[in-house]
Amino acid sequence: MTFWIIQTLNGVSFGMLLFLLAAGLSLIFGLMKVLNLTHGSFYLLGGYVGLAVLHLSGSFVLAVLAGSFAIAAVGIIIERFFLRRLHLQELPQALLTFGFLFIFSDLATVIWGTNPQTIPKPAMLEGALQVGGFFYPYYRLFIIALGLIIAGALWWLQDGTRLGAMLRASVDDEEVARALGINVSLLFTLVFGFGAFLAALGGVMGGPIVGVYPGADFDVMLLGFVVVIIGGLGSLKGALIGGLAVGLLDNFGKVFFPELALFTIFAPMAVILALRPAGLFGRE
Amino acid sequence: MSGRHSKHLGFPPGRGTLVLTGAVALLALPYVLSTYHLGLVVQMMIFALFAMSLDLLIGYGGMPSLGHAAFFGISAYTTGLLALRLGLNVWLALPAGVILAALIAMLFGVLALRTRGSYFLMITLALSQVAWGIAFGWRSLTGGDDGLPDVPRPTLGLHFPWSLADSISFYYFTLLLVAIATFLLVGIVASPFGYALRGIRESETRMLALGYNVWRYKFAAFVLAAIFAGLAGCLYAYYNRFVSPDYLHVARSAEVLLMVILGGAGTLIGPAVGAVLIVLLENVVSAYTERWLLLLGIIYVLVSLFAPNGLIGLLRDRLPWQDTP
Repeated sequence: MTFWIIQTLNGVSFGMLLFLLAAGLSLIFGLMKVLNLTHGSFYLLGGYVGLAVLHLSGSFVLAVLAGSFAIAAVGIIIERFFLRRLHLQELPQALLTFGFLFIFSDLATVIWGTNPQTIPKPAMLEGALQVGGFFYPYYRLFIIALGLIIAGALWWLQDGTRLGAMLRASVDDEEVARALGINVSLLFTLVFGFGAFLAALGGVMGGPIVGVYPGADFDVMLLGFVVVIIGGLGSLKGALIGGLAVGLLDNFGKVFFPELALFTIFAPMAVILALRPAGLFGRE
Repeated sequence: MSGRHSKHLGFPPGRGTLVLTGAVALLALPYVLSTYHLGLVVQMMIFALFAMSLDLLIGYGGMPSLGHAAFFGISAYTTGLLALRLGLNVWLALPAGVILAALIAMLFGVLALRTRGSYFLMITLALSQVAWGIAFGWRSLTGGDDGLPDVPRPTLGLHFPWSLADSISFYYFTLLLVAIATFLLVGIVASPFGYALRGIRESETRMLALGYNVWRYKFAAFVLAAIFAGLAGCLYAYYNRFVSPDYLHVARSAEVLLMVILGGAGTLIGPAVGAVLIVLLENVVSAYTERWLLLLGIIYVLVSLFAPNGLIGLLRDRLPWQDTP
């Protein structure tokens, strides 16, 4: 029983990191129709910048803030000066974002080397929660809580604020939204920057449990895509449910079928694709 | 050469002369080039075929695939495993690879063809990563990330006196197969089927209204493209004498996509030129620096921003001939 609880919590905490990643991917696709292949780089760069700031300042909170905001700025620059020029051209967009994936990946190995690194946990969250004979690390519980808080905040942002209403209007019909005086162009930049912010946040927060290593950009990008394929592009609920599903599948897959670990994620994805091409919560 | 005729074959006027000169040059190359450079030309031919096969999807069918390396790699693994473990000769190992690529393409096609546009990109990417995951994870069969070393060069068997082990005969073997495949591809894009694909690229609804079974055409194109990619994969496995999960990684799918776009989608010659350029550049640059990936990334960005219609597109305005109908 303890085994199941621990493995489930491991899956859920990893799923929350995937949710952070997929929420951005999904928002960016929903609004801009862009398949952002650089998203994994945002995660990786967030982790590296966070690690560097942690070494300099010794503060985990500062590392999280610096990593997330620095990468949000990178995202804004990419959107404003590059992606914007390729509006609705899916192939050039794919090439562009894939190009940045290579550029960041190579630059990261130049700057930070090729050795896998781990971000140390903040001192406050060291140790484990003990309930009877059951132990579980505080840090992972913290990630689950943070994921839920961010999910709640995103919901409120999307359904409860004027910005969210403008966003939903632009997702539904960009032309009409423009005609109504909504600054869609600014929304694009904001959403892309915010997506980068969330991915980088995932990178720093994931640093203590997943690590920061060359190739993480590809790994998490692919998991992120599986999440949005399962959950449905453009849907926040889909990103959360999909993230949790993939987190659990990944974790139990690695435990039970280590040789075919990726397959345990992709096989259910194929089934969902066959039954619901737009994903569980996506709109046709 | 009449301009009208050339329109049908996807090659510029004067192509008869061009093709002939090219053929003579390719046949004579082994007498001119060193073994290393001959190997480079073999790589160029293989990737030209791979890129042309993807163009059938992107340039003609309007299906933007980011998972085409799956078929290249599946076929390479099949051929490599059969040659290595069962000692099958090329007559059996090569068709087996191509056939398996076609079968997997049927499965992937059924799933992916329910979508289009960016969604199609993402799903082909994800499906190809399933194949990569299997190649990477199933160590007892595929050797995992160590790959399959020592794949033997093909022998013709059947009491033929020739071996294809040396670089010159392997060059001619590749040249022959790539030439046949190219003629087939030219025939396909010039056929009514090829024109139906162009119609689907421009407007699916209109083709539906005209009574075309759009799905069936797209499915056929998807499988055909996988067959030619599979042939390229087999050849590459034999050429490298090695197969690894990199063969079906998304980075390779993206690279062949870059070749297609760089040269110019919607023509067969464009992607072939793109493939030649990228293979050449990679070999030249890798000799001088370890930062090939960085440069490749910059090439991706530059092509997407400044040449989304490819070199053919840049030239088109300046040359008298037109290609895309």
